[in-house]
Amino acid sequence: MDDDAKDDHQNRPAALGCAIAGTSVNLPGIEPATCFRSSGLTKVYGSGHSAVHALRGVDLELPERELVVLLGASGSGKSTLLNILGGLDRPTDGRLWFRGEELTGASQRELTQYRRRHVGFVFQFYNLMASLTARENVALVTEIAEKPLSPEEALTIVGLEKRLDHFPSQLSGGEQQRVAIARAIAKQPSVLLCDEPTGALDSATGVRVLEALRDVNEKMQATTLLITHNAPVAAMADRVITFSDGRIREQKRNEHRKDPKEISW
Amino acid sequence: MSAFRMPGMLSALDRKLLRDLWGMKGQALAIAFVIAGGVAVYLVAAGMLNSLEDTRRAYYDRYRFADVWSPVVRAPRSLLADIRRIEGVQAAETRVRSFALIDMPGMDEPVTGQILSLPDIAEPAVNQIHLARGRQPQAGRRNEAVILQSFAEAHALEIGDRIAVTIYGGRETVTVTGIALSPEYVYAIAPGQLVPDPRLFGVLWMSRDALAEAVNQDGAFNEAVVRLGYGANENAVIRELDTLLAPYGAAGAYGRDEQMSDAFVSSEIDQLRTMGSLLPPIFLLVAAFLVNVVISRLIATERDEIGLMKAFGYSNAAVVMHYLKLVAVIALLGLVIGAMLGTWLGRLLATVYTEYYNFPLFLFKADPRVYAIVSLVTAAAVGGGAVMAVHRAARLEPATAMIPPPPTDYSRTIGSNITRLTFLDQQTRMILRQLVRFPVRAAFTSIGVAVSGALMIGTLFFIDSMEEMIDTYFNVANRHDVQVMLMEPRGRDAYFELLRAPGVLDAEPYRSVAARLRFGHRKERASLTGVVATAELSRVVDLERRPVASQPGGIVLSQDLADRLGAEAGDVLTVEVTEGRRPVLEIPITQVTTTFIGSAAQMHIEDLNRLLGESNVISGVYLKVDPAKTDVLYRQLKTTPAVAGVGLQSIAERNFTELMDQNIGMSIWVYSAFAGLIAIGVVYNSVRVSFAERQRELASLRVLGFTRGEVSYILLGEIAFLTLLALPLGAALGAGMAFGLSQAMSSDLFRLPFIIHAGTFGYAALVVIVVTAVSGLMVRRQLDRMDLVSVLKSRD
Ligand SMILES: Nc1ncnc2c1ncn2[C@@H]1O[C@H](COP(=O)(O)OP(=O)(O)O)[C@@H](O)[C@H]1O
Ligand SMILES: [Mg+2]
Repeated sequence: MDDDAKDDHQNRPAALGCAIAGTSVNLPGIEPATCFRSSGLTKVYGSGHSAVHALRGVDLELPERELVVLLGASGSGKSTLLNILGGLDRPTDGRLWFRGEELTGASQRELTQYRRRHVGFVFQFYNLMASLTARENVALVTEIAEKPLSPEEALTIVGLEKRLDHFPSQLSGGEQQRVAIARAIAKQPSVLLCDEPTGALDSATGVRVLEALRDVNEKMQATTLLITHNAPVAAMADRVITFSDGRIREQKRNEHRKDPKEISW
Repeated sequence: MSAFRMPGMLSALDRKLLRDLWGMKGQALAIAFVIAGGVAVYLVAAGMLNSLEDTRRAYYDRYRFADVWSPVVRAPRSLLADIRRIEGVQAAETRVRSFALIDMPGMDEPVTGQILSLPDIAEPAVNQIHLARGRQPQAGRRNEAVILQSFAEAHALEIGDRIAVTIYGGRETVTVTGIALSPEYVYAIAPGQLVPDPRLFGVLWMSRDALAEAVNQDGAFNEAVVRLGYGANENAVIRELDTLLAPYGAAGAYGRDEQMSDAFVSSEIDQLRTMGSLLPPIFLLVAAFLVNVVISRLIATERDEIGLMKAFGYSNAAVVMHYLKLVAVIALLGLVIGAMLGTWLGRLLATVYTEYYNFPLFLFKADPRVYAIVSLVTAAAVGGGAVMAVHRAARLEPATAMIPPPPTDYSRTIGSNITRLTFLDQQTRMILRQLVRFPVRAAFTSIGVAVSGALMIGTLFFIDSMEEMIDTYFNVANRHDVQVMLMEPRGRDAYFELLRAPGVLDAEPYRSVAARLRFGHRKERASLTGVVATAELSRVVDLERRPVASQPGGIVLSQDLADRLGAEAGDVLTVEVTEGRRPVLEIPITQVTTTFIGSAAQMHIEDLNRLLGESNVISGVYLKVDPAKTDVLYRQLKTTPAVAGVGLQSIAERNFTELMDQNIGMSIWVYSAFAGLIAIGVVYNSVRVSFAERQRELASLRVLGFTRGEVSYILLGEIAFLTLLALPLGAALGAGMAFGLSQAMSSDLFRLPFIIHAGTFGYAALVVIVVTAVSGLMVRRQLDRMDLVSVLKSRD
């Protein structure tokens, strides 16, 4: 399946089911396929005088497997874009394709299935289930995934193999965030969407979290989008997108990805 | 400077209060309605109690209602002076009382009547009548009478109308001169009946001289009535009266507790008192619990705002006041709704009451004190619930209040090992951990739901119980169609005559005498009945509906009589017969059995007659009648001089059922609607709170790709589980409550059998489940509309 848009609306629902159901494959060795493609994405909150234009026309093309860092001032629309890419929110206008299948116009049910099969989320506030242990928080997701890692494997990847049976209340902030990452990657997602995952952490702890994300991106080949307001973090990315006032102001590729250990803020 | 503040000038805190209230309007309303339920029930019960007691007291005082009645066979009028001299007697009157059969044109059934004499010169010193219209009969006029208002209304009788009455065997035509009410007939029922039927029971007041002449009581009386002085000893007066009047055939004096009309009014008052003291506390406790849960939750949500307020310099007191004000608004809303609902229901109930209880004027009017009490109690209960929650807000340090709360600690919860069982899925694990982590709240929720179910069972039980009572009484114990009471004991020929009467399929004679039963130092008035050994038409039956046959030479006693005498089977009773030759007998109790309606002291008719030293005499006959020929039979009975009164079973049963459907039925449905309110209040609030608390987790689950159904399971699974727990608990509580009520509401007049049909349990369970489902669906709708993005963005 190539990245050509299937503009024909008649065909869309049937075709959408295909990518969302996860039958789409990336052939290794061949030019990386496009993961996300968008044209003219806009998002307006509210209406009339109080309308807020969070996105003002975003055209984007993100290849598979890249680690992308989104930078930009607070309120510039980064989270809005990420939420739309993750199927949490819908654009007001414009179109969006995931692996060639159109996401815009998909039903609630289809979006839920899309999130379930393909998307891993990591948020600033870890959003763990307080009543479940680290292992159980991850199991929550592996139980509904198709080809998941075991919770233990996922927690080992983020370096928490010794904390399996701890409840969130017994973990530090950084550890909680790594449980959240383990939870996001345990289902072997196609894309990993992280909204300021280090925002609530100190620099040293943040670096551990970034390392975990980099490892996941390398080992699992998941296309990774990482929002941060710490510009130095951009050095670890394949691609850096800078947002301003609801638009992409700048897009650049890094020759080399820096090791998170070398980054500090 | 303005003396008042415009809405726009509300303080910032008060505006926040209004916003908070609006945000939780569903929950606030649910709580307000639970409060309203308690307030309304209390108002209706206490207000009605108030109205009934006040009206009764005023009525009895104004018309000088008697304290003691003493029927005799025939005593000289000159004894009145002696009666008045008895210590403790404040006023006394003698009078003539007679049975009568009234023949109403266009009506087959004979109407049972009572005729009472009115003094010819002055108003009676005791038991005056309230003449609504017309005038008293003229002295000595044999053909004039004042009639009871309910009877007049039932037959559309007017002053000047004439009615045919059989008095003492002689047929008379009397003209209605007045229409009256009497404190003796507030609840106007014919002897042996349970429910008033104004069509079939009439009371006439006639001139003393005229009535005395008609019933052969010239210069005599057959009933003395007495009012007691303040602080007089009723029992002593009764003893004196009995001694004084014994030579004149005194059947035994009795007080208001055995005066039929007042006994029924008192029983109603007792029931109101029970309801009024039992139900409102349940409602208010539930309301206090709900307020506590909801306010605790609100404070948890607003902990950073509280921290901010404190950081800005608001005092603890100001913060606490803020939340108490919120609760006060809810409580006030509940009070107002409850007061309106209660007053409305009270007025409605009052109109039902006036159908059964005849007072010159009866209005539902709750004492201002009642309103004051209910307001204070509500404030105390709800305030108590709030204060426990609010003191947590006072304790919050401004600094800690502003950092997000750490994840709730589930690690040290007892029983969390069970929840580690590997076969559980994570969602079920979350439900279980939540329950184990907050067991008190879970328990209260479950108990709250159980209480609502119990309340429903406890009130609907009345229907089951009354049905059992009616069915046993009318279809098992008393299977006759007509009871014929004779003017005075007659020989067997009266029985054979009735057996041959048109339409009569079967007949059974009975003998009944007034007696005092004595065991040890306790004494009870009772009517001792003799029945044939093979009684089929009218029998005493036990709780299993098996007929209890009296043994030769012995007496069968109903449980209530046995209890009051402190006697049991095997004991020997002293029976003082207060009729005829007044023998004093020693009779063994052969069996004690529970009767639902009335009391029973029964033996073989041959034994009774032998003990009385009389030959084969009867007091009346039970008849089984061919339904097609009742009219012929009735016509004959109406003209039979020996007949004093006629009881019609089918009509009595219909009246009883009607009373149940209308009066009791209405209260039962009102109460069970209130029970539903509690269920809604508890379930809706606990699902709402649960939703608010877990909104973030639930949103996270949706983000992780869980479907709405899967997410709802976590939220609604918890309440479903608690509701399921509540069902058996509620059934047990309900059964307990029903048992308690069956005891509390039973009186000398009737015993409520403790019987709950499976259908009642089923209905209560169904209501609870439906309420849970509806509350669940309402919250589920909010779950569906939840904005994932904004939930995850906000910290709580
Ligand atoms: N649910 C919402 N309702 C109204 N405005 C919103 C909402 N979410 C975001 N916005 C507005 O949209 C703009 C972009 O927000 P966001 O995407 O969160 O920015 P960023 O993540 O870059 O800080 C901001 O002005 C923000 O206030
Ligand atoms: Mg953001």
